[in-house]
Amino acid sequence: MDPVILNLIIVLVKIVVVLIGIFVTILILTLAERRVSGFIQDRLGPNRVGPFGLLQPIADALKFFVKEDIIPSHVEKALYILGPMLILIPALMTFAVIPFGDQIYTYLGGQLVDIRFQVADLNVGILYILAIASLGVYGTVIGGWASNNKYSLMGGLRSSSQMISYEIPMGLSIVSVVMMSGSLRLQDIVHDQAQLWNIIRQPLAFVIFMVSAFAETNRLPFDLPEAEQELVGGYHTEYSSMKFAAFMLSEYANLITSSALMVTLFLGGWQVPFGILEFLNLPILWEQLIQILSFVIKTGFMLFFFIWVRWTLPRFRYDQLMNLGWKSLLPLALFNIVLTGLGIAIFS
Amino acid sequence: MIQLILFFTFAFLAVFGGVMVISHRNPIYSALFLILTLFSLAGIYILLLAHFIAIVHIAVYAGAIMVLFLFVIMLLNIKAEAQARGAFKYMKYLAIPMAVILFLELGYSGFQQYKESVTKASEIGTVENIGSALFSTYLLPFEITSVLLVVAMAGALFLSKKKLSVSKE
Repeated sequence: MDPVILNLIIVLVKIVVVLIGIFVTILILTLAERRVSGFIQDRLGPNRVGPFGLLQPIADALKFFVKEDIIPSHVEKALYILGPMLILIPALMTFAVIPFGDQIYTYLGGQLVDIRFQVADLNVGILYILAIASLGVYGTVIGGWASNNKYSLMGGLRSSSQMISYEIPMGLSIVSVVMMSGSLRLQDIVHDQAQLWNIIRQPLAFVIFMVSAFAETNRLPFDLPEAEQELVGGYHTEYSSMKFAAFMLSEYANLITSSALMVTLFLGGWQVPFGILEFLNLPILWEQLIQILSFVIKTGFMLFFFIWVRWTLPRFRYDQLMNLGWKSLLPLALFNIVLTGLGIAIFS
Repeated sequence: MIQLILFFTFAFLAVFGGVMVISHRNPIYSALFLILTLFSLAGIYILLLAHFIAIVHIAVYAGAIMVLFLFVIMLLNIKAEAQARGAFKYMKYLAIPMAVILFLELGYSGFQQYKESVTKASEIGTVENIGSALFSTYLLPFEITSVLLVVAMAGALFLSKKKLSVSKE
């Protein structure tokens, strides 16, 4: 077969698999969120549809599809429809550069091909994520403004100022990780953690990144853009049916990408800890599967952590949020870069 | 072949977006079309193997500057540029000769550089090459730029701080 076409097929298969993976994880997350919150609040949560309520997400999705799609008469129609799309597309695009397995070489159709377990292996990988993630702001701002409703506009404005503020400490905490690995390529960052994970080498950066990730994904304790008690529902107040579901989907997709990114940057990515793989000495296919499983388990744990925090901590006040971002996290991140630089200068 | 198709797609989108920016009556749509143009330019950068420039282009222009533009337009709440049309009535008589001169200039310089640029375009804009160029050949300008940015930041802080104290009194 023509190598160009073969590569095209491989890329298409990867895109489809990753997209299906993200959507299935979103479905599981919607259930997990409600079940875990039920457990934390000492109640049962949804357990009626299917065994243990496992079919609840399907029922929810069906409900979203068959609900009436209302476009209020006072909205700016074109932008109102564009808003949910603009927020969902970047949310799904960011996962493209995250590696979920090692690069392997194999024979396909009589020729040697290298299969990379990530959709696109960019040499600017981490910058790509920051750049695309910063585009998520447009969806909330445009959705909030086009709704022509003061609560929506307030939600949109809060969301964008929050995202812009927390992008800075997030980017700076990544800088120290990049200084350790010497590469922006995420696969290299994972390989760099073969001996010791970055969470041990860069604990401060991990904390800064995690707090920023909570703010970037608009999760509690930083969910001010959709603070129900003050803003009704924030930027998606006027949306119904699948347009509302698009906002939900993108929130969970962002959650998955943030968790996967934390795993990649700080928890060793797809690496299996304690040299278990070398000890077992399995054939390469099994090794791959175990590595992917390791990535999935770590990401699953981070997702659980997000849900855990959401049902544990109360919401911050808006000025507290801004103070934390600009007066605590930003100087800490800068300090961490200096510290990392000193460490590299002394130890190498 | 694929590259050619992609190039013409991005080029068409860039020009289309650019025309819509100046012709659309609602400034919010103009800003959104400007973002489309910026994206298409980033696509062309990627075709030229300048990945780093493409990504920085998106992060800085589309991700930061245009968001602020959009903010300003939204909060000023300019519905349509009704009055503005009258004020710039005679501008277009000046604009047409200026546009002709600009096109001639662009065409001339593009024609001059055509032969060399086609062969030399590759591998300049990757992260490694830009990094090593910034920290060797262009180290002094790079550091001076950082001083300039610090001054600008301090200035912005000072200006906003001053307003705050005035309003409190």
